Amino acid sequence: MEAKELSVVLDGVDASPKCIAFGREGEYVASVKEVNLQVFFFKRKQLNRFSVSTVKTKSGNNQFACIACHPTEDCIATGHADGKIRLWRNFYHKKDYTFSTLHWHHDTVMDLAFSMEGTSLLSGGVESVLVLWHNESNCQKDFLPRLGSAIEYISMSSDGTLCCTLHTDNSKPKHILSRDVKTGLVVDPRTKALVLNGEPGHLQFYCLQSDQQLFSLDIVQRQYIHQAGLNQADLVKVAFSAQGKWLATVEEREEVTDPELQLKLWLYDEETQSFKLNTRINMPHEDHITDMCFREMDELEDDSLILVTAGRDCVFKVWVMVEDTDPEGSVSWSCDFVGSYHNYQATNCCFSEDGSLLAVSFEETVTVWDSITWDLKCTFCHPPGKIRNICFGRLTCSKYLIGATDYGFLCCWNLLSCALEWSAHLNVLVLQPDPLSEHIAAVSWLSKESSLFVFKPNEPRPIYIQRNLCKEKIQLAAFVPRDEPETIVSEKYHWLRRSQLFFLTDTQELMTLSTKSLEERLTPSSKQLAVEESLPVTPFSLLLGKHRRQQSHEDIDLGKQVHNKHKQDSPAVKELLHTPAHVLPSASFLCPIFINSLLISKENKSAEEVADEVEMESEKTEDDSDEERGVTEMEQEDTSAMELLGEMTRKLSKSQEKELRKIRKMDYSWISAF
Amino acid sequence: MGEFEVHRVRFFGLVPAGVRCLACQPRGGRLALARTDGAVEVYNFAANYFQEKVIPGHETRSVEALCWAAGDRLFGAGLSGDITEYDLALLCAARSVDGCGGPIWSMAANSSGTLLAIGCEDGSVKLFQVVPGGIQFERNLDRRKGRILCLSWHPSDTHIAAGSIDFLRVFDVCSGQTVQRIMVNYHVLKVRRECIVWSIAFLSNGTIVTSDSFGRVQFWDWQRGTLMESHTVSTSAVLSLAVSEEEDSIVVGTSTGATYQFQLLPVKMGSLEKRWVRTKPFQHHTHDVRAVAHSSTALISGGLDAQLVIRPLMEKVQKKGYDAALRKFTFPHRRLVSCARKARLLLFQFSQHLELWRLGSTDETGKDGEVLPLCRMPEHLVQLKSKGPEHIYCSCVSPCGSWIAYSTASRFHLYRVQYEGDGVSIKKVPKVPKLLLPAYQLQFSSDSGSLFVASARGSVHVLQLLEPGGCKHLHTFRPPSGSSEAVYLLASSADGHWLAAVGGDWAIHIYDMKCFKVGAGAGGMTPTSLPPWGAGCQWVQRIGPLPVSHCCIPRAGLGMGLWEEMGGGHRWPRLLPSACCPPALQHHSTVPMYNCAVTALAIHPITNNLVIAYSDQQLFEFSIPEKQYTAWSRMVQNCGLHRVWLERDSPITHITFNPKNPSHILLHDTYMFCVLDKSLPLPDNSALLMNQSTLKQLPETARQRQLHAFKICKKFQPLLYADLLDENCLVMVERPIMDIKTQLPLPIQQKKFGT
Repeated sequence: MEAKELSVVLDGVDASPKCIAFGREGEYVASVKEVNLQVFFFKRKQLNRFSVSTVKTKSGNNQFACIACHPTEDCIATGHADGKIRLWRNFYHKKDYTFSTLHWHHDTVMDLAFSMEGTSLLSGGVESVLVLWHNESNCQKDFLPRLGSAIEYISMSSDGTLCCTLHTDNSKPKHILSRDVKTGLVVDPRTKALVLNGEPGHLQFYCLQSDQQLFSLDIVQRQYIHQAGLNQADLVKVAFSAQGKWLATVEEREEVTDPELQLKLWLYDEETQSFKLNTRINMPHEDHITDMCFREMDELEDDSLILVTAGRDCVFKVWVMVEDTDPEGSVSWSCDFVGSYHNYQATNCCFSEDGSLLAVSFEETVTVWDSITWDLKCTFCHPPGKIRNICFGRLTCSKYLIGATDYGFLCCWNLLSCALEWSAHLNVLVLQPDPLSEHIAAVSWLSKESSLFVFKPNEPRPIYIQRNLCKEKIQLAAFVPRDEPETIVSEKYHWLRRSQLFFLTDTQELMTLSTKSLEERLTPSSKQLAVEESLPVTPFSLLLGKHRRQQSHEDIDLGKQVHNKHKQDSPAVKELLHTPAHVLPSASFLCPIFINSLLISKENKSAEEVADEVEMESEKTEDDSDEERGVTEMEQEDTSAMELLGEMTRKLSKSQEKELRKIRKMDYSWISAF
Repeated sequence: MGEFEVHRVRFFGLVPAGVRCLACQPRGGRLALARTDGAVEVYNFAANYFQEKVIPGHETRSVEALCWAAGDRLFGAGLSGDITEYDLALLCAARSVDGCGGPIWSMAANSSGTLLAIGCEDGSVKLFQVVPGGIQFERNLDRRKGRILCLSWHPSDTHIAAGSIDFLRVFDVCSGQTVQRIMVNYHVLKVRRECIVWSIAFLSNGTIVTSDSFGRVQFWDWQRGTLMESHTVSTSAVLSLAVSEEEDSIVVGTSTGATYQFQLLPVKMGSLEKRWVRTKPFQHHTHDVRAVAHSSTALISGGLDAQLVIRPLMEKVQKKGYDAALRKFTFPHRRLVSCARKARLLLFQFSQHLELWRLGSTDETGKDGEVLPLCRMPEHLVQLKSKGPEHIYCSCVSPCGSWIAYSTASRFHLYRVQYEGDGVSIKKVPKVPKLLLPAYQLQFSSDSGSLFVASARGSVHVLQLLEPGGCKHLHTFRPPSGSSEAVYLLASSADGHWLAAVGGDWAIHIYDMKCFKVGAGAGGMTPTSLPPWGAGCQWVQRIGPLPVSHCCIPRAGLGMGLWEEMGGGHRWPRLLPSACCPPALQHHSTVPMYNCAVTALAIHPITNNLVIAYSDQQLFEFSIPEKQYTAWSRMVQNCGLHRVWLERDSPITHITFNPKNPSHILLHDTYMFCVLDKSLPLPDNSALLMNQSTLKQLPETARQRQLHAFKICKKFQPLLYADLLDENCLVMVERPIMDIKTQLPLPIQQKKFGT
């Protein structure tokens, strides 16, 4: 169908589809923008404009946000930015128009929908409550609360029995990216999952391998109030003990004068497979907590477990477990030691690998403390510039302490000689040691690009440099241990053998470094092999396998990549179609791979086509009975293959069948030659 | 604008009484209002909703219902069980008839205004016939148990709907039988609460509209007894309901202070199917909206917070002007404060007592806007309690502060106040002349020598005040053509020469108090021995050289009394027989009639120009000696006043002058104080009317160009009274609304989001 005639009936129409609606039986069309409502009557060719007062009251402005028309009556419902819903009637009179007001939402009404009969009206907004208004009455309404997230769109099914709501966070159904990852990227030692802020006040455990949110832990345990401009308690720091038995979280509520802080310690409960709140400490510090770490001593028992928190109130505190006096012998945490240094703000803290030393940075100075006696052992500093990150070296490099200053220096101090070993001029934003090797990754930010440097503390020369990693600022990084060490041939990438490095940029993109090309990575080759190996040895499978092998041989001979005529069989494409859209790389990246996978090499194709044509002719000459028999045979084979191959063979198309039949009828003597 | 030292007075603790009921005159332009203290007020729509008449309350006369009948007769009924007819000319209760059914909760007149139906405590509905000179009991309708809280006649006068507790009934007027009984709380039987039908309306198509204590407005088909529509508008009671004359709009008032409009709207464009839809909500009140009324152009509501709110229906208003303004009246449109300028005293009038205060004083000076510390605090000198159940009509304190007068419906009191150091003694003046009561306005002459008493039938009595504490009736002025309406405003000139009086017919009469001389031929008389009626005194001018200061006509109208000025402060009384008096001897002139109510007037102390403010916000200046409007007044009428000035919603209630600046006129309404400088050009509509704050920021040369005649100050609100004490000292009496709110009972608790 094609529109023959076009005429402009409304101008100044908002781009959003929520701002325009057709009225009863298509008699009129109504649109809202800012403070104006326009109604155009098709039959009378009349345009009526109404406006609400532009005066901004203290309850907010009354600009229009959305519109819906009654299905059977002349009634228009409009939602406003101040949360009111106006029901307009008599709007075919320019002067006698009237409206009534419904008010429950405290913030913008995001969408409206009438029920099919028009007896009730649905509205939703940032409160994430679906409101059902009966009979246009302000007093009769029902609520469907706690829908999880702000309601963006509401739609009614045509029979009026179902209602569909679309929420603002629905674009990321599995992995919720919160606006600000305050907790940093932390790896759960137990599940190897990446742990970071999820829903407000929640901690999400995100499995990188399966790209799934494993679970979400409610840390704040308070009702989240969906309202703009409210200061809500949120999670700012997370730390796991070495085995993942203990979890420490810090939540705070942004208050200008005095922040509300809470330190919570959670114990992993084997029975429920979840963390259970063990200790809650109100106001552990007078001011914001800047850093927190556990003493990681894998071999020792619980009694050596120590938590250190550093705060802007110029102290660091050491928390230890104490046994409760009650008969169950349960434990709780309390403060054991408070350390300070010249009344400087404590900014970072870090335990050495063996747990004997604690390094705490106080603005420009790094202090090293004995973790048993809590004596100040020595101090390091590299003026000018405050310490941004510190970490101890590991394994063979455990005698080194690495620090990065905000003046653009990366320093390495030798703990034995208490002297500066080397320093480099580098504006380091992120300093991340690999827990399984001596390698330390440093991400620098210079001239609007991020660069990655990987080095070992014992040699001042980096072993790997990746300039221009990305254009965005990298905020956080984490080494995620691999399940099994990867075999990496290249010396350059040898540091990636035991763990994988992940980055989070300030545009909330999660990136990783990989030695393999995307296609290789997307093809779980081992899996494919497994499928082929599990094929039972039947004549058909033999046939199929041989045929495949032959094809691949041909391909290799031709020096081409693996291409299959049937695109479903291309692993790259299959992976592309089966991978969730939100974790795929950008379309520009995928495009060549996709196109390549569709291409069929010229020589190959022409040869096949010629063969096909020849075969077709010969087929036609065959007698009918033969063909019938062939078909029945085919069906039998087909079902058996289906049982075995599952999805793969189900996708056999007509042409494939034909091809198979063709193969069967062919003289196989030439195969034996291979 | 000029600089003034301002006494900002906030110790007038007036709490206006709440509005109890409202009644629109059918097809008329008036609104009757009754307050909880029994006072009845009449507002005139044509005169910009001016409070035209006030009948002060009475302790025993509560008013539960008001209605207009037989044209412009106003009836009230209350819990005393009486039906009272009000005399709107004399502004008093004319006659009362006992309803014989206990307290009366409701009253309604039929459409022709010939029958009154009352609903009583004992459950009876009685019909009274309106006859000339009163009402007559006609008959009882079918009586059942349960008080009748509301009544409504069907427009055809054949049926009456009556609301009670838990049910409503419909009576056939001819047979007197109950023809329908509808239980209103049938649908909420599980709730063991009684449902009170607070208000009811019978529409011509047979629909009965009820509002009840469950917060519902319901529409019933009376013949089938079925519920047609139910709208829950509030979680608390819906107390009042009114229908427009076209029956296409309903206004309801709730106990949370909100009012809602219902409109009968077509369901689809052009279709005949119509439905009642709740449309606009208004929240103007803080307390119960006990009464609502629906005029042809406005929704009117009155609440227990004493506010009368007139909310115009924009679609019914033809042009944007003062009809389109939202009006909120909390304070009466008349003066409750009088000021003794010389003695710096303020007299506050409450419903049943008076308070005399001495203003505080300061000996410091300061810059603009500074608050000066007081060296002497304001002092409450005297509280005068009125005896008896009647409320005070009017009161006044003399400029010297030594006389206080007030009047109730049946009594007139004059007090002599003496100040001895810090102490105050107050003495009642015995044997005040028996005047035709009540007095509607009292005014002392500027020399405190005489008192003018505004009275019924357009008359003004003049009393002479005698030292050390006496008074004498001198004379009575009457309009030459006669009048039936009471005088409600007075103004006397500073030189004692002129007196202007405004009656309920809005005619302004000017009387000359020195128009004739009395001859010296009657020398040798003593004050007590009045001369015999003589034929020799034909015309007063011929009597002699001695001036006559005051004259009066005795109430009997027999003759005329004169005071001859003998010099040295001595006066001699003389009586002239009425035959000797010219019929309009003292009447000087009448200001040309203007079809709007006069809200304030005053005579200029130097030029003797009468300045008049009308309720449509027009200002006129009338030269008394020349008997015509002044050139300035003509210029104002030609140019027209500023649009913003005309769109103000509250009337000018007081005018005064600055003797040092003869071109200045000081006037005020509830929300502004204005110095009108006649020497400056009038602003045109493009100019900013309230430009004082912008003027302050301009440099001197630009300021001169921007100046215009209206210098308005809105700092003092709500302003009950403003007066000039001396040339640079003002007194402003404010009554902050919040102070009143704290005196009221707590409003219904409502959960407000975000609090």
